[in-house]
Amino acid sequence: MKSRPSALYDVPGPRARRRNVLYTVLFLLALALLIWWVARSLADKNQLEWSKWDPFFTDARTWTTYILPGLKNTVIAAALAMAIALPLGALLGIGRLSDHAWVRGAAGAVVEFFRAIPVLILMLFANAAYAEFTDISPETRPLYAVVTGLVLYNASVLAEVVRAGILALPRGQTDAAKAIGMRKGQTMTHVLLPQSVTAMLPALVSQLVVIVKDTALGGALLNFSELLASVRPMSANYGANTIASFTVVAVVFVALNFALTTFAAWLERRLRRAKKSTGAVVRVDAVEDLATPGEHAGPADVRADGRADDRN
Amino acid sequence: MFDFLTGYDLLGAFWVTVQLTVYSAIGSLVWGTLLAAMRVSPVPLMRGFGTAYVNIVRNIPLTVIIVFTSLGLFQTLSISLGAKDFTTINFRLAVLGLITYTAAFVCEALRSGINTVPAGQVEAARAIGLSFPQVLRLIVLPQAFRSVVGPLANVLIALTKNTTVAATIGVAEAALLMREMIENEAQLILISVIFAFGFICLTLPTGLLLGWVSKKVAVRR
Repeated sequence: MKSRPSALYDVPGPRARRRNVLYTVLFLLALALLIWWVARSLADKNQLEWSKWDPFFTDARTWTTYILPGLKNTVIAAALAMAIALPLGALLGIGRLSDHAWVRGAAGAVVEFFRAIPVLILMLFANAAYAEFTDISPETRPLYAVVTGLVLYNASVLAEVVRAGILALPRGQTDAAKAIGMRKGQTMTHVLLPQSVTAMLPALVSQLVVIVKDTALGGALLNFSELLASVRPMSANYGANTIASFTVVAVVFVALNFALTTFAAWLERRLRRAKKSTGAVVRVDAVEDLATPGEHAGPADVRADGRADDRN
Repeated sequence: MFDFLTGYDLLGAFWVTVQLTVYSAIGSLVWGTLLAAMRVSPVPLMRGFGTAYVNIVRNIPLTVIIVFTSLGLFQTLSISLGAKDFTTINFRLAVLGLITYTAAFVCEALRSGINTVPAGQVEAARAIGLSFPQVLRLIVLPQAFRSVVGPLANVLIALTKNTTVAATIGVAEAALLMREMIENEAQLILISVIFAFGFICLTLPTGLLLGWVSKKVAVRR
């Protein structure tokens, strides 16, 4: 996205600059007041004592016993969910582009159904279903439930991403494949799908952020021992340092997800500039729209690369 | 077949879901608009604050925020948001958490809407001597809001689904009731279908209606 802040206001002259300084000072004051209030409430409840914070800096066991194992489970669940949901999503996405109405209809119904339901409902269902119909041990069941819930939801989101990725390719690709006598299936597997994978890479990475965030639900409600679930034992072991534990866990989440977001944005920029590819790309910020029920994936939603839209 | 439903307040639970959605939607629309205004403002410090807020909040799981409002704000810092009984306290904390989180997405939707307003509109506004707040209030935001009805509808639907996270701090909304019913009744499939249907009833019409509205009000350029 190109930000265009400068068009909204003039280059500040002396008066505007004075006014901006005034606003800066006022805003600083408000911020300082907020920080002072937060610090005072924390200090009132003894949450600022160094003994509550120093385990994270001086004691390696806080990391090796609580945070890193939690992070490991978060990453495992997210990676599994992505790895299973992607092929399913590709099948559903291609199904939605099928020439046969009943395949299109069935794939569309599945996608719309799972996009309309909260992922937590799917996780609760999966957890209970595993308990009732299978003999998966109660220790590993939370992982199964979390991954299943995430797969059901994300397969339908990824189906839309795949569809958008294929629609984003220039029409000439299909025409050329037809011209050299390829059949529909061949066009899909040899021409469209390989190129759409590149086009949707940034969107896939950015959907990974959503998956990582949703794993925390398993920690809060299904006894899945991921990163968020490490807060309770930590604050129990290190003298009720709830605020410190939450801060550290939040920082780890932000660091992980920020790295993924930055990587996705870098990928998107790189693909736009690429000379060898078609330059087609599924916008990273289109993913949020694709994740909700309803019709979004028109070419206009997907192609923001400024090229003339040669589909219509 | 539906005997097991007696004794459960199904409609009541979904009503709490709706209430969570409505209060959080209003709150995050206000806070998100303020954040968007900060992100495009001429004051660098406000821009920095807006950017930092959005980048941090969008990357924290909503579950972490909601659980923090209960464990951190209420149980550790005794912040109860002016409520006395646990039901009200948890409800308000959940709304606070949902607003904090959703506002970041509202802000981004609005900012992309602001970017769709042609530069000529803004330049014309400045040429007739409007100040930055006036440019924003009279020219940019009215057009931006019209072009972001679609994206905002998606944020609203995501919010509706996200209200289930309030179950983690014991707000008696749909997901919590579903968990309770699964534990007590041997009707897993039927219960799941009922709750899935409930959420489809909430999200699909919203999407269809607002999709239609967004086409109606979109600025034709």
